[in-house]
Amino acid sequence: MIIGHFNDWIVVVLMMIGLYIVIAHGNLIKKIVGLAIFQTSVFILYISMAKVEGGSAPILAEGITQFSNPLPHVLILTAIVVGVATTALGLALVVRINEAYGSIEEEDIQHLDNQTQDETQIQATEGDQS
Amino acid sequence: MKDLFAVVMLLGIYSLLSASFFVAMDAVDVAFTEAAVGAGISTLLMLVVITMTGRSEKTTRHKPLLALLVVVFTGSMLIYGTFDMPYFGIADAPIHSHVAPRYINESMKEIGIPNIVTSVLASYRAFDTFGEVVVIFTAGIGVMALLSVSRRREDDEIETALNDSMHEQYLVIRIVTKILIPFILLYALYVQFHGDFGPGGGFQAGVIFAAAIILYTMLFGLNTARKVINQSFIQFIAAAGVLLYGSVGIVSLLNGANFFDYNVLASDPVAGQHLGILLIEWGVGCTVASVMILIFFSFAGRRDMHKHSVSNASNASNSNVKGESS
Amino acid sequence: MDMILNISGALCLLVGSFLCISGGVGLLRFPDFYTRMHAVGVTDTLGAGMILIGLMFYSPDFLTFSKLVIILLLTLLIGPTTSHVLAKAAMHNNLMPKLQQEDNIKETSSSNY
Repeated sequence: MIIGHFNDWIVVVLMMIGLYIVIAHGNLIKKIVGLAIFQTSVFILYISMAKVEGGSAPILAEGITQFSNPLPHVLILTAIVVGVATTALGLALVVRINEAYGSIEEEDIQHLDNQTQDETQIQATEGDQS
Repeated sequence: MKDLFAVVMLLGIYSLLSASFFVAMDAVDVAFTEAAVGAGISTLLMLVVITMTGRSEKTTRHKPLLALLVVVFTGSMLIYGTFDMPYFGIADAPIHSHVAPRYINESMKEIGIPNIVTSVLASYRAFDTFGEVVVIFTAGIGVMALLSVSRRREDDEIETALNDSMHEQYLVIRIVTKILIPFILLYALYVQFHGDFGPGGGFQAGVIFAAAIILYTMLFGLNTARKVINQSFIQFIAAAGVLLYGSVGIVSLLNGANFFDYNVLASDPVAGQHLGILLIEWGVGCTVASVMILIFFSFAGRRDMHKHSVSNASNASNSNVKGESS
Repeated sequence: MDMILNISGALCLLVGSFLCISGGVGLLRFPDFYTRMHAVGVTDTLGAGMILIGLMFYSPDFLTFSKLVIILLLTLLIGPTTSHVLAKAAMHNNLMPKLQQEDNIKETSSSNY
């Protein structure tokens, strides 16, 4: 039973590593790296489910009767390309955040946000009073 | 690990390792795409971002105990869930018994190409692939909206002067790249058209084509690359790829069949399938290549803007100091 | 004839894998960045080349053989260029090679521009 479910457990370990990196680190680039590890673990899950013992790659050729399942391959092909598109968009957002706030650490960004929020509140109350 | 450069390099190695894992799992198309995309484009974009945002991470003071608890709890629930899954590699798991045998057995008769993954991707599930192409196009538009920067004339002149002065320094690699780039482009075309018979297809070909252009841009400067490859032409190609894909479906509708049913595109159903697959793979390849090129141009343009604003600020402060001292 | 082809193919594959392993050992054991990179650059290119030549002996038809020839040419072109680019990048980032005498470092360090 252990050998049978080995691939699922590896996937769960990788997924949890990715999730931990996203939650626990404050640096935005590391969050994106954690997301990439999470994505790759999902790909490994699907592709390992598609494998058939003794089968070959799903390309029709002479003399081969047993093929691995091509349907998860198709889904994961789509998922990989969509993953790189979202990574590119996320990195573009990181660049803009860096330009606006001066740093890419979550604590600094929240600190600056709270600061500007307090300042606008103070300005609003002064405007009401005068 | 505090050095983000090392983290990104390790991510690239991890992507390459997972690509080799996919080969061991008989998923050759997926391995090709993951190697090209994960170890190529994704690592490259992260490196460009690191040059703009700084190379090391700040040390944190708090301990992430709550995150660890959440992760351990979720992990144990997931492992409890995997006990119901079928064993690895058995041939009569539920996912192998419903739709997959039909695709494997009927693909040669109905579509007539050896690569089953391409036939499923391009013909049986063409609608999903259409959504994917539109997602890539949208990501390209999003990155351009966030990061595009209009270039001023004096920046161009500074850039060209810098380029000419550094030609001697980069001579070896520029010559080798000029020898290699035609082969890379030819290989991209080979992968595009060979997708019916072996691993390959539109996505991989688009990424390889974009990799050749990105190599040229990295070595010769963004300015020269924009003169060689006009940016508005690339934007047009990106949109035209999606349009080509959609119009194949519309033409099928106009001929009386379902959306993306290629049987009616030619007199013989199998020939119609071949024509339909050729056209949509061409659309996919065009869009993927041009969107990757546009994304890289946007990132590189932003980085050049940073460099020029830093050098302009230092020049201004130098001239201020000189003006005050004289 | 088949026997000769098989044996020479196997011999080339063995030599190639030995070269790659020795490159890995050099990567771990050499003291400095430049020596490590030199070890890996030389042995990886030569090792990959020998493995490709060994595969050429086993190729069943002319198409596979010609594809392997093209891959070999590209590997021979790209491998040394990669070492060159790595060394240039290290020099640009002011990573000096570790030399035997300490007072020679100032004379041998080259300027960047």
